[in-house]
Amino acid sequence: MNPARKRTVRLTVALGAAVVLASALIYTSFSAASPALTPSQLVREAQPGRSYQLTGTVVGGSVHRHGATLDFSVADRAGGTQIPVAYTGTVPDPFKEGREIIVTVQRQGSSYIGEANSLITKCPSKYKTAPPSQKQSY
Amino acid sequence: MAGLGDVCLALALLTCGCGIGASLYGVRSGRMEWCDSGRRAVYLLAGILTIAFAVLEIAFLRNDFSFNTVADTSSTTTPTFYKAAAVWSSQEGSLLLWAWLLSLWSSLALFLTRRRMRDIAAYATAILLGFGAFFVSLMVFYANPFQTTSPAPVQGAGLDPLLRFPTMMIHPPMLYSGYTLCTVPLAFAMGALLARRLDVEWIAAVRRFAFAAWLFLGVGIMLGARWSYSELGWGGYWGWDAVENASLMPWLTGTAFLHSLMIQEKRGMLKVWNVSLALATGTLAIMGTFLVRSGVLNSIHAFGGQTLGVPFVCLIGVLIAGSIYLVVSRRGLLRSEHRLDSLLSRESIFLANNLVLVGLCFVIFWGTYFPLISEALTGHPASVGPPWFDRYTVPLALILVLLSGIGPVIAWRRATLANARRNLLAPLLVGLATLGALLLLGVSGKPGALAMFSCAAFVLACVSQELQRGVRARRATTRESPPQALVGLVRRNRKRYGGYLVHAGIAVLFVGVAASSSFQHAVEPTLAVGQSAKVGAYRVRYVRPTATITPKYDAAHTGATLSLGAVVDVSKGGRHVTTLYPSEGFYDSGEASQGSVGHFIGGQPVSHVALDGGLTRDIWSAIAPNIETPQLKHIIEVANRTIPIVRPDEGMIAIAFLARTYLQSPPPAQFHFIVSPLVMWIWIGGLIVVAGALIAIWPAGRRREPVSIRRQTRLGARLEAAREAKYRELRDLELDYHTGKLSDEDYRLTDAALRSEAVEILEQLDELDELEEPLGPGALEQQDRVEREQDGEDDGPAVEVALDHRAAPERALAAADAEGAGEP
Repeated sequence: MNPARKRTVRLTVALGAAVVLASALIYTSFSAASPALTPSQLVREAQPGRSYQLTGTVVGGSVHRHGATLDFSVADRAGGTQIPVAYTGTVPDPFKEGREIIVTVQRQGSSYIGEANSLITKCPSKYKTAPPSQKQSY
Repeated sequence: MAGLGDVCLALALLTCGCGIGASLYGVRSGRMEWCDSGRRAVYLLAGILTIAFAVLEIAFLRNDFSFNTVADTSSTTTPTFYKAAAVWSSQEGSLLLWAWLLSLWSSLALFLTRRRMRDIAAYATAILLGFGAFFVSLMVFYANPFQTTSPAPVQGAGLDPLLRFPTMMIHPPMLYSGYTLCTVPLAFAMGALLARRLDVEWIAAVRRFAFAAWLFLGVGIMLGARWSYSELGWGGYWGWDAVENASLMPWLTGTAFLHSLMIQEKRGMLKVWNVSLALATGTLAIMGTFLVRSGVLNSIHAFGGQTLGVPFVCLIGVLIAGSIYLVVSRRGLLRSEHRLDSLLSRESIFLANNLVLVGLCFVIFWGTYFPLISEALTGHPASVGPPWFDRYTVPLALILVLLSGIGPVIAWRRATLANARRNLLAPLLVGLATLGALLLLGVSGKPGALAMFSCAAFVLACVSQELQRGVRARRATTRESPPQALVGLVRRNRKRYGGYLVHAGIAVLFVGVAASSSFQHAVEPTLAVGQSAKVGAYRVRYVRPTATITPKYDAAHTGATLSLGAVVDVSKGGRHVTTLYPSEGFYDSGEASQGSVGHFIGGQPVSHVALDGGLTRDIWSAIAPNIETPQLKHIIEVANRTIPIVRPDEGMIAIAFLARTYLQSPPPAQFHFIVSPLVMWIWIGGLIVVAGALIAIWPAGRRREPVSIRRQTRLGARLEAAREAKYRELRDLELDYHTGKLSDEDYRLTDAALRSEAVEILEQLDELDELEEPLGPGALEQQDRVEREQDGEDDGPAVEVALDHRAAPERALAAADAEGAGEP
């Protein structure tokens, strides 16, 4: 085989391998991913045994701690459907009623179990571009 | 004062516009003085933005709350150190920081290239000013840091307590320096494509900035990891968060670029690849900047601020479209001059390393943007978590580490198989011996970590073998002592040995990463006073609570009103090891709705981690004290009712009472303990990498030989750069031979080939010198213009249509290239 032919073969093999690996990667990412749903969507579509990323706002007055478990309810940003979540694991500092959170949950009957250490709390917007509300001066 | 800032922004925009116009006009018409004006516009921009930045910084330090930004992110109770850093905690301030750093680094880049590559530099000036104009426009139209309210509020909201950590002062400037430096190679790459000049000279200039970008970005990423680990409350250093990934991606392509650039310099290959990497690195840097500000992806860092998404998407679209167009339309210029001589050569190892790095970048890119991709394809945004990332990045990282050990041992161009086998044998044995030793010692169950340890041992053995052989080779000719020889060797071959040190640092870093992620012990017990828990081999005991009221006595100096914490005793096997003092800071929210006393502690609580770092293990602790027991809540309720808000001193007495009650009858608190082995080596590895990079980047003293005026023409400069590159190749070959990578036969063959190539270049330079034509004023510009016109008609590899008196050197160059291209 002359050198030019050898080079073409090498290139084809390399490209082929890259395409195969990339396809495997892309294929598995769809099955390994957890879809992000709001409470109203989750209530409709959650299947037991699958993980979902629940995004929503922590409902005021719903936060209770029982030992190592933190119970709270999550609602859509606009209000409405509330979902109770039982969560164990690290609670990030910004967690508070009224804050937006993301937590990975699995459905168990009518309640949802939060996966350990999957709670992420969004800070109230740090990068605001709107003018600030009047601050109390005292 | 704010007026001055607004004027600066307007002037900055004007300067960018004028500079772009001047540079483009100058380079198209051939009038170099316009290009110089364009360059000076960049210097002027740097000056104007420095003034603007100073105005904002001074406003923060003076508590000038008429500035909206200052009122939003600072307060009189924020410690001064954090007031200074608060400048870049907001959208507007961080845009100003970005634009300012861009102007500073661009000025430096253009200053250092002011005498060479005038045409490429002119296009690069226009592109860099274009970026400047983009960011200044964002500030002028969307997020103005100099917006004021009148009357000015008396107090500000204070810096978000989550940001009150020392690293806040340095991590953003370093990271932004990295991002802005990434745009410099992009600008020069686009400039080179636009000017149709992609020769050795361009490489030498661009390399330094790519290296600086890589260094700053790497330091910024390490600082972010260090911040996350030692100051945030989750105890990890890397979470595959969207924003972390966004900064890692340009770093990976930057690393690939630095390596493949060396191949282009030596063999004139991979031109398309290199140019694409430079363009990709700059584009990924802009995408990284965009991710934090757009709210497009869920991330710890990315929140709110949807308004900036659209302009950024437009900019990124323009960059991608422009890059593709330029590369495709100039593909004639980008044809390789040579082919890979042999699969067993350092060039092919570099190619493999490039493929792995780009593969890693692709994996991370796919995982990071997956929510957008899946939303586009399936309608539902879905995301992949850390396990998915780990599954694909760990094997790639292993291969990368392995290659970083093999590369230094293989010679350039064509290595001798027998020598390579012999050289790799000892490090291979070291790697296997390490594996065996670890298994014997009982370290098992984690194949990934064990593989990484063995690979790292292999790399360290390769690097030390190279150093030892180099020293021996040097001592064979100079009669120096080993330490002197080592210093001399490194001095003389800075890039090579600096690079080896970087590889060693990376190996050490990965050892730390593998150990700390695979063999970690973590517990989250709820402990009452006196109770203890077991973490790995250690026992941690909650000795007693601590409470301080501030700001005067704030242990962390972050301005917390109240800090509640614990004294934790750590022991191992009955012996006392250390005492840790984790605490949680409670901050003033400034919101009267929380009560006259409640607001003192109603702000964002922040965990202050206590860490005992050691060479073999780190013990990390955090506490979340329970401040909402009925007893404590009752105190706040009563205080809210009885103490008026206008008596803050009395309010603080109530807080003091609360603290004392907490100390007297402390409720059980939730703790988080982590024992991770070898974490310290991640930071040590990072420092080694920085040291190696500094050695490699350190400029060698340049010999100023008298340069004839002819050499300042494009052809002359090109030949000079090619000559220097050829000399370096010869030196590298000699060092390769003396460190045992080549057989005598192979050395002789390659040496002869290199020497004949060098002779050709020297002959062409001689012919250039011998031309009789005297040079009058404007002759250089005239000559440049003529050369440019000729190149403009080009579509093939450096075949230039000859003018009458310049026929000889042109034809020789073309002939040499044709010979090279014909090589199998």
